[in-house]
Parts: sequence; C-alpha cells; structure tokens
Amino acid sequence: MNGLIHSEYPRETADYTHAGEASADIKRKLKQLGVSASVMRRVAVASYEVELNLVIHSDGGVLSLDVYPDSILLVSKDRGPGIPDLEMAMKEGYSTANEEARALGFGAGMGLPNMKRNADGFEIESEVGKGTEIRMSFNING
Amino acid sequence: MENRYHSVRLDVSRCRGCTNCLKHCPTEAIRIRDGRAHIIDEKCIDCGECIRICSFHAKVAVVDPLESIKRFKYAIALPAPTLYGQFRGLKQPELVLEALKQVGFDDVFEVARGADVVTKAIRERMKKGDYPTPLISSACPAVVRLIQVRFPSLLPNVVDIRQPMEVAASMARREFCRKHGCAPEDVGCFFITPCPAKMTAIRRPIGQIKSEMDGAVSVMEMYGLLLPHIKKMQADPDFHLATRYGIAWASSNGEANAVCPEDSLSVDGIPNVIRVLEEVENNKLTDLKYLEGNACMGGCVGGPLTFENNYVAKNTIQTMAHALPPTHPDEDVPPSALNKYPIRNDRPFEPNDTLKLDDNIIVAMQKIQRIHELMEKLPGYDCGSCGSPTCETFAEDIVNGQCREMDCIHLMKAEIQRMAQEMVDLAQTKRE
Repeated sequence: MNGLIHSEYPRETADYTHAGEASADIKRKLKQLGVSASVMRRVAVASYEVELNLVIHSDGGVLSLDVYPDSILLVSKDRGPGIPDLEMAMKEGYSTANEEARALGFGAGMGLPNMKRNADGFEIESEVGKGTEIRMSFNING
Repeated sequence: MENRYHSVRLDVSRCRGCTNCLKHCPTEAIRIRDGRAHIIDEKCIDCGECIRICSFHAKVAVVDPLESIKRFKYAIALPAPTLYGQFRGLKQPELVLEALKQVGFDDVFEVARGADVVTKAIRERMKKGDYPTPLISSACPAVVRLIQVRFPSLLPNVVDIRQPMEVAASMARREFCRKHGCAPEDVGCFFITPCPAKMTAIRRPIGQIKSEMDGAVSVMEMYGLLLPHIKKMQADPDFHLATRYGIAWASSNGEANAVCPEDSLSVDGIPNVIRVLEEVENNKLTDLKYLEGNACMGGCVGGPLTFENNYVAKNTIQTMAHALPPTHPDEDVPPSALNKYPIRNDRPFEPNDTLKLDDNIIVAMQKIQRIHELMEKLPGYDCGSCGSPTCETFAEDIVNGQCREMDCIHLMKAEIQRMAQEMVDLAQTKRE
C-alpha cells in the first residue's frame, strides 16, 4: 500500500547528472512535514547512498519514498545485475565500484553498511541476473 | 513580544514590483504581492543578496548613523578587518585606527584581535577532540541562520564559540574601563560593519542572550569620512595590533587557514555554501575537520555595505597581513584570555522550522499531496510572475491560502483561451 505521500525517482546507470536530486527532494519533503532533524538526517544519508548505488552499481532502477503517519519507507528496486555475495557486500570497505565511480570519489565500500546503520529497519534481497531490492524503514518519532 | 528585528528592509517608495530580488533570495523569503515586494520575516536571513541585485535600490540595510555614538559618554570603534581593505594600497592598519579616533571615537579596538582569541579558542576546542565533523564556523551570521532554516540537522556541528566581534567588544569595554576608571554602561561599543547580517546579529543575537555591541555603523559610511584623514596622516601612531591571521579573517579562507589549515574547506557565496551543506548533510564530507562558510563572495570583503570591490580589498588585506610578523594567535594570545572574557555561547542554536507546512503531520501530508497535484498543472517555468519565486513555492503558497491558482498568468491565459473558445462555440450554435 502506498503511503499518504508517494514519490518515485527512476535512476539510470552512470547518470551522475541527476544523482543526489532524489535525496534533496526527499529532504525537502521531510522538512515540510516537520520531521525531526535527527530522523531527517538519517533518511538523508540512507537515501543518498541508495540513490548513488542505483547510479553506480545497478543496470537502472527506481527509488521510491512512502510516508505514513508514523513511518517512512524507502524502497530501491533495480533491474540487475544482482549481488553474488550479499554477506561480503554488507562488509565495510568492500566495494565493486568501477574506475569511473572511484574517480568521482565513490566506492569506499560504505554504502550498504551505512544504509543499514541509519535505517530503523533494513531488508535486502538480491538475485544475480534479476536484480536487488532494498527496503529501509524509519520511525518518524525517534 | 518576539524580537523580529531585521536590518534588511524594503523601501516601498522605490520598489517597482519586479522579480529580481524574488529570484535571487536563497531562502525564498520574498514574495511580490500587490505590485511590491514583501519580505517574510521568519525566512529572511539578512544575507543582503536582494540589496545587491535590486536595480532600484529598494532593498536597504538599516544600520546606525555615526551620530548615534553620542548616546554614550564614551564610544569605542570596533572595525571589522574588512575596513582596512577599503583603502587601496594601505600598508598600515594603524592609520585607519588613528583616523577613527579623529572622526569622533574615544578609542578603537580591532575586531581582528577578537578573531585571534576566537582562533585560539576553537583550536583548543578541537584539540580536545570529540566533536562532530566537520565543525562549522559560526562567524557569518547569515550562514548560521541559513543552517537554522534549511539545515537544522547540522546545528550540532556549528562552533559554540562567539563570533570575533562579540569577543572583541567584551575585551574593548573591559580594557577601556580599566584604563579610564569608568562604568561599563558609560561605554558604547560600535561595530564598523560590512553587512546587514552582523547588524541583525547585534539586535537579535543567535547563540547569545544579549550582544556585547551597542550598535553598528557601515563600512561604506566610514570609508567616506575616514579617507581624507588617512590621506593627510603623517605620524606613525602606536597601537596594539592583531596578528596577520586575525586580519586575514576578512576574506574567504582567512579563518580556515588560521583555525585549521589542514582538512578544512572554505566556501563563499550563498549558493555554494548551500551546495556544500547539502553534502555535509548527506555525510559526504566527514573526513573534513573544519568548514568556513561565508554568505558573501570573497568573504566579508564582499559584504553589501562595503565600497571597494572584493578582489582588490582582498589583495590589500593580504599585502598588509604579510607585512606583519608571522606570529600565530596560538603564541600571541595569552592562555588567560580564554577565561577572562565570555567566549562561549550562552544559548543553543535553535532550529527554525519555517519550511514546515503544518503542525499536524497528517495535514502537512495532505498539503504535500495537493502541492504535488498542483505541480502537474503548473507550467514549471519558474517565471515569478505570480509573485512567488518558483512554481513549487507558488503551489506551497496556494496550499497555505496565500494565493489562488489564477494568479499564475499561464493558467489564466489557458483559462481565457478556453472561455473564448466557449463563446465562439456558443455563437456558432446560435447561428445554426
């Protein structure tokens, strides 16, 4: 079920021009809702990481935001390539970012761990050849 | 009554109701209604961008006239180091200080000396470790207010040490009273200010209950008065001077270079500051230790109340600073200075939630939904003709009951065309 607020942000591979815009829009909405600064900050960090992941690692996908009266849900769904070793990918410092992404300062291997650390709820499912789905939830009241 | 003082004001008689200021306000604090600009008090951060852009000089900064120093038995001038940069080729700050005494002040005290103490205080603070990174400078009040309005989650990163002008005023007053044996209330401290944001920070302080300053006179006004005195000055006046580091605070990177020369960043110009703060908010700059942000291009030398262009002023300041001994405030400022005067803020930086659409989150959600629907209808030209800066802010203003859809001239045009077509259709049906 969609939230009272539902927004979708499609992202394509290596499209660095739009990277960060979803996160900026999400931040603006949360400020308009009066969500506390600390929750807003965690959503900002997680949404930026997940948005950049779509651009850097995926074959394209969609980030969506749903806001419910007491929680925020971020879902990122991509069309591939899928993560072969999830356990490895969740480790800090492990990255498969390519040269182009590294040249732009990405690829520190903090993406997924950072998301998990900032979200109140974190689920990830991935299948090689099909894609990855990340679901992150945040409690609005702390 | 809540203090809503703003130095930046509108001179209604000069306002033509154009969209220049509307489009350049970094906090979307201006609307054009009934043919004239209106400044939204809660959103304005007194950066002065509108003063710079208005071709009709309808946006003004209210500061104190020099006359006002007569309210006090004694008046001390506290020049921002930017003042030195106004006099092209000036080699010695002493000449400016002496000239200030000649135009009516009983004493002078460099704000750059306050900057020296603040430099040392921040460095001591950083030595202790355990601070959120990057630490963000609190010296530019427009940037601090910007953070309150747009980046409240970064308020814990803002340095809780007073800005140089405040520390300088405490030092100046105490020194003067000790030397002349007079009561503190007989002494007025006047800042020579490059910008309206500092004026507002005196009347409506952030992080402090009360400012140590009693008023502010603009650099622009003082420039004209001081110039003839400086030109004919021959003597070599003797003053205790600030370090080269303190003086360099006048231009961008001066502060960062004094406080934390490595792993620091200095950013000038409000749009650039906004871009970097967005990155800080996304945790993208955590390896940075110190962030200096200045609302004005070039730093304080680019203030809206200055005379000389900021590049020349920066050059003058740098040349002057290089001629001073290389002593760092670490050695120049005695450790006792950090306990002698009030250095720390006595009030936390509060978030300013003017972006919030409603106190009730459900109502706020419905409003966002409605804004979203309106955005589908609006042309997205961000032309400003409706009197709101962008289509999105226009949608917000509609939802908040301040405008109607038909205030959009493009929607109105479409509506008129539709009605005209209806008339034509109607006329044709009758003829048949």
